[in-house]
Amino acid sequence: MIEVEHLVKSYGQARAVNDISFKVEKGEILGFLGPNGAGKTTTMRILTGYLPATGGTARIAGFDVFEQSMEVRKRIGYLPETPPLYPDMTVSDYLTFVARIKGVATADIPNRVAEAMRMATLTERKDELIKRLSRGFKQRVGIAQAIVHNPDVIILDEPTVGLDPNQIKEVRGLIKNLAGQHTIILSTHILPEVEMTCDRVVIINKGRIAAIDTTENLTMQLKGGERVRLQVKGSAESLRETLASIEGVINVEVNPGEDSLINADVESESGTDLRARIASRVVGGGFDLLEMRAVNLSLEDIFMQLTTEEKAGEKAEVIAEEKAEEVAEEKAEEVAEEKAASHSEISG
Amino acid sequence: MKGILAIYRRELGSYFVSPIAYIVIGFFLALTGYFFADIVGRVIEYSFRMQMQSAQFGAPPSLDAPMLVIRNFAGFVTTILLFLVPMLTMGVYAEERKRGTMEMLMTSPITEFQIVMGKFLASLTLFVVMLSPTLIYHLIIGRYSEPALPWRIMWSGYLGILLLGAGLLALGSFISSLTENQIVAGVATFVIFLLLWILDFGVRGSSTAAGEIMKYISILQHYETFAQGVIDTSSIIFYLSVVTLGLFLTLRNLDSMRWRRA
Repeated sequence: MIEVEHLVKSYGQARAVNDISFKVEKGEILGFLGPNGAGKTTTMRILTGYLPATGGTARIAGFDVFEQSMEVRKRIGYLPETPPLYPDMTVSDYLTFVARIKGVATADIPNRVAEAMRMATLTERKDELIKRLSRGFKQRVGIAQAIVHNPDVIILDEPTVGLDPNQIKEVRGLIKNLAGQHTIILSTHILPEVEMTCDRVVIINKGRIAAIDTTENLTMQLKGGERVRLQVKGSAESLRETLASIEGVINVEVNPGEDSLINADVESESGTDLRARIASRVVGGGFDLLEMRAVNLSLEDIFMQLTTEEKAGEKAEVIAEEKAEEVAEEKAEEVAEEKAASHSEISG
Repeated sequence: MKGILAIYRRELGSYFVSPIAYIVIGFFLALTGYFFADIVGRVIEYSFRMQMQSAQFGAPPSLDAPMLVIRNFAGFVTTILLFLVPMLTMGVYAEERKRGTMEMLMTSPITEFQIVMGKFLASLTLFVVMLSPTLIYHLIIGRYSEPALPWRIMWSGYLGILLLGAGLLALGSFISSLTENQIVAGVATFVIFLLLWILDFGVRGSSTAAGEIMKYISILQHYETFAQGVIDTSSIIFYLSVVTLGLFLTLRNLDSMRWRRA
């Protein structure tokens, strides 16, 4: 239904979208996942014909989004990041207007408007002015606007942003209901949203695709790995050495806190349980072991790995000529910081 | 056509749910009403004085009072339009851009031409709605006027006002499409109208090439012939050119926004 090949969008020197390719089958829900500024909105705007691409092609239902824009526009429903609403119109007047400009046959308009309001559970509010509606209802009007002409493809840019938890649940339910008859692309920077609603995920960072797979596969891939979280009292550096020397450990992350309290994450190969070994080495090394528990890697972790590894890689290239050992240490710290930063961004 | 109609209906509806149309129309009718009465009063006073003079000195009365009323009134209306039209057009595109609804219009299966035409026709309709109650003034005067009201001059005057208004609306809408801030659009429109109005003040009477050009561009100059009852083709073409230019520039600007936006 949607074919995107080597899509590029440049603004002067900067590349907002850099060689993105993916396909979406009919009836599928594809999640677009990435930190803010990753290029999600730009990609969606290119698909809707709002922005021209600098390079590459995108086709929807076989029509080129730029060359045959009108054909594409008839077949898509689009909810931009801020719902495009006229505050002084009533819900039903607004949806009638949208149905008209989307080219719905005049005789079908009342039915289509009623149907869109029913799906977005807006029927009771149909005569209210949009400016009097709450944020959640406005978002629903935005979604109703995207489905009023019964399009093949629905593109939703951050449909749950700014909503409270109950509203988020409702909107997700609505999106799930739309699947099947419609092909849906939705963008988000909230990971559980993708896990809950999408069949497949495109993880996008700095304009590039970092990973593309089904939601299960991406989660499976990392469910394999084991992670143990420790809270320890002692010196951070020697703890790192101690933990890294344990056989089977892939990665160690040490975050020193106050009063020589240290939080550490230890990752190991899948199928191994290192808890006993870690406990004896930590205690044997003269540290006070305060807490230890096993953590399952979630999509969130995959996401952070994918998006931060790339950054680390770029930096490594730049400073490759400099003293390698020092750099490696610095880099490890930077990665830890960046992970913490992007973690707070995601949960916020 | 369906696209134009959809935009037209929404646009016209939006004028009448916001207070701005009522304020502008109310203000316009109050001002024109007051000045019409004022002009009529002055002309009557003047004609009395002329009659008294002619009775004293035996000169023939040569005053066409109804025509004086119409010409003064038309001159006043065109001037006040320069102040009111920016208020009508300032939000036409600026608000659409600010609300993000432009993104919806631009991703709907309607062309930019349909958007521009729908909006222009809606603003023109509002303009006609604003102008038409002033016809009542002339109907009242027409009943009691002696000599009879020169209807031809009145209609040509109104045709001129309509053409001038269409030109101003098209230009104002274009300026509105340049910004997301409707206050900026309103002020810029007003400043530009003012410039177009006073452009020929300095060169009146001179006949240099530059002066002639200034006189030609000055937007109220072309109105003069209409106020004299002459429907001058060159003036009609001038105003229609202004309308076309305004609409064309808006169209190009909407199209180019695709390529410029970040």
